[in-house]
Amino acid sequence: MNLVLIAEQTLNGLQLGVMLFLMAAGLTLIFGIMNLVNLAHGSLYMVGAYLATWFTQATGSWPLGVLLALGGTLLVGMAVELVALRNLYERDHLDQVLATFGLILFFNELVAILWGRSSIYSSLPGYLIGHVELGGGLRYPLYRLVIIGAGLATAAGLWYVVARTRLGMLIRAGASNRGMVAALGINIRLLYTVVFGFGAALAGLAGLLAGPIYAVQPGMGEQILIQVFVVIVIGGIGSIRGALAGALIVGVVDTLGRAFLKPALAEIFTQSVADAAGPALASMLIYLLMAAVLAFRPAGLFPAAR
Amino acid sequence: MKYTHRAVIAAVLAAGLFAAPAAAQQKLKIGFISTFSGPGGIIGQDMKNSVELALDHLNRKVGGLETEIIYGDDQQKPDVGKQVSDEMVKKHHVNFVAGIIWSNVMLAVAPSVTGAGTLMIGTNAGPHQMSGELCNERYFTTSWQNDQTPEAMGKYMSDQGLNDVYLMAPNYAAGKDMLTGFKRTFKGRIAGEVYTTVNQPDYQAEIAQLRAKNPKAVMVFYPGGMGINFLKQYSQAGLRGQFPLYSVFTVDELTLPALKHTALGQYETRIWSPDLKNPANEKFVGDYKKKYGKLPSFYGAQSYDGIMLIDSAVRAVKGNLADQKGMIAAMRKANFHSVRGKFAFGHNHTPIQNFYLLKAVAGPTPGGDPVMEIQKTVFANYKDSYEQKCKMKW
Repeated sequence: MNLVLIAEQTLNGLQLGVMLFLMAAGLTLIFGIMNLVNLAHGSLYMVGAYLATWFTQATGSWPLGVLLALGGTLLVGMAVELVALRNLYERDHLDQVLATFGLILFFNELVAILWGRSSIYSSLPGYLIGHVELGGGLRYPLYRLVIIGAGLATAAGLWYVVARTRLGMLIRAGASNRGMVAALGINIRLLYTVVFGFGAALAGLAGLLAGPIYAVQPGMGEQILIQVFVVIVIGGIGSIRGALAGALIVGVVDTLGRAFLKPALAEIFTQSVADAAGPALASMLIYLLMAAVLAFRPAGLFPAAR
Repeated sequence: MKYTHRAVIAAVLAAGLFAAPAAAQQKLKIGFISTFSGPGGIIGQDMKNSVELALDHLNRKVGGLETEIIYGDDQQKPDVGKQVSDEMVKKHHVNFVAGIIWSNVMLAVAPSVTGAGTLMIGTNAGPHQMSGELCNERYFTTSWQNDQTPEAMGKYMSDQGLNDVYLMAPNYAAGKDMLTGFKRTFKGRIAGEVYTTVNQPDYQAEIAQLRAKNPKAVMVFYPGGMGINFLKQYSQAGLRGQFPLYSVFTVDELTLPALKHTALGQYETRIWSPDLKNPANEKFVGDYKKKYGKLPSFYGAQSYDGIMLIDSAVRAVKGNLADQKGMIAAMRKANFHSVRGKFAFGHNHTPIQNFYLLKAVAGPTPGGDPVMEIQKTVFANYKDSYEQKCKMKW
């Protein structure tokens, strides 16, 4: 097996991982701080993709479209928090799951009404098409490198905000004892709205990065959401560090599994066994990993400090 | 009080008894199952549009009878499809169940519908079991058997002298059938064969593996949104010029608006195309465009034919829906103006029909958005490969 291919697949895994991280960070933040299970997180990803595609076409500029979409998803997220989710914090998780599942249906229909049921056309700006030589014969698509860069930069930015700023301090305080934070005169409701908007914007960022490479269509968020839940279970629910580690592990394991499991099985067993078991096992791999993590570290790899 | 109560019930029952036979004769009920939500929802909408257009063309009276259509959403899940069909058969007592996009859903639905004594008209999915060992006198399809379309592609690519072809498909019933069909007629070497997870959004890992194998050509089956994802990523990886891409059920009138120039030059094989020349098709495509402002796809064309097939059956028995044998005999003649032109049913109730080579070419709109265009006939009056396994005789 050649090293260039392994390196390329590892980069692919990293890129998938970064995408999952953007989704997982928002989801885990919202769960960790507000104790809210948000199934509609995938819808915010879809909203990001649609808004970016739409704004890019309207303004004719991709960076402008991206900025507007980011702001748009932030506002949509805050509106959802104010209108629908605010009343759910005190309810149990089943109610939250039901309500946010309803939001999924709502957003899918809304998008279908506004833009139609079919996928809308989205493409890359000309200057992001093409490949970059990374040495050793490895050529990698430029846009995928942009995704990796954007994701890692966001991870660094998130770490800075949470660990070094006043807002981050409030977020951490709110996560460990919300009553005490409120008693100290902090407007915890406003904080929740801001955090939710922030998480929505992260999902929107993942969505708008995904727009040019995936089909932009109603229901696109649910395809990635399941993997995102696997990520936060592996990483430890409520922990951003866990989300990063979990996302990178899931991204790399899933990608390498899809790429190399079948050839590897063919080496050990026969080709027909590999043909039959390879694809099935590759698609199960991350769930097996999740089961193993749950068995040995039920709170995840990096449980949030409580 | 008690007695009046009883009397009323008795009167209602009596009225019901007299009314029932007349009502049963006069009203035709069709249950139409497709995927109306999620990423497959766009396909279901095209099928529904075409069914509604067929009803318009029949003045809302299929076979001359007052017609009620009940639409059911299978959510692209076999278990949900079966629930929906059970409800249609047992609660609504439909005379026909029609539709179904996905082969795995069809395998769950068709045997239970026909087993309950109801007629089933498939309008897309063509799993090999239904044309072979599971064939049934109550089951017809207006589409094809899965293997056939890739068989036509395999024939065409062989004729082109292509070798070392790399195959990809989603890992479910139809994906397996498609690649089996391709390998049946393709005479050259296969460079690799990859099955991916259904509705997987990202193919970058598989595309890297493909490039490493350095094939001479690539043939894929990625229906619906999967096709959009795959084609976008394939051309972004710069492989379009490097490895020519051929496909079945991947580029169609539903995915073209999202793909635009990305699809230009793409080859497909198919039983039908909007530009197929015959009066029934010109009427269907023209009126569809007028009513919905876009082109129909093959999913819609087959569904339109499904309603027309039912129409021909009900007319043949003069609206006597109790005469199921008569309706089956009538449907076997395929005596209606199909949008694909004249065809016959094989003894397994699968059409014997032409398969064409299609190409995505620049269309007539100012932007030159691509449209599918027939290039040539690959197979004329082509039978499926499972007919011998079907024990049904007629």
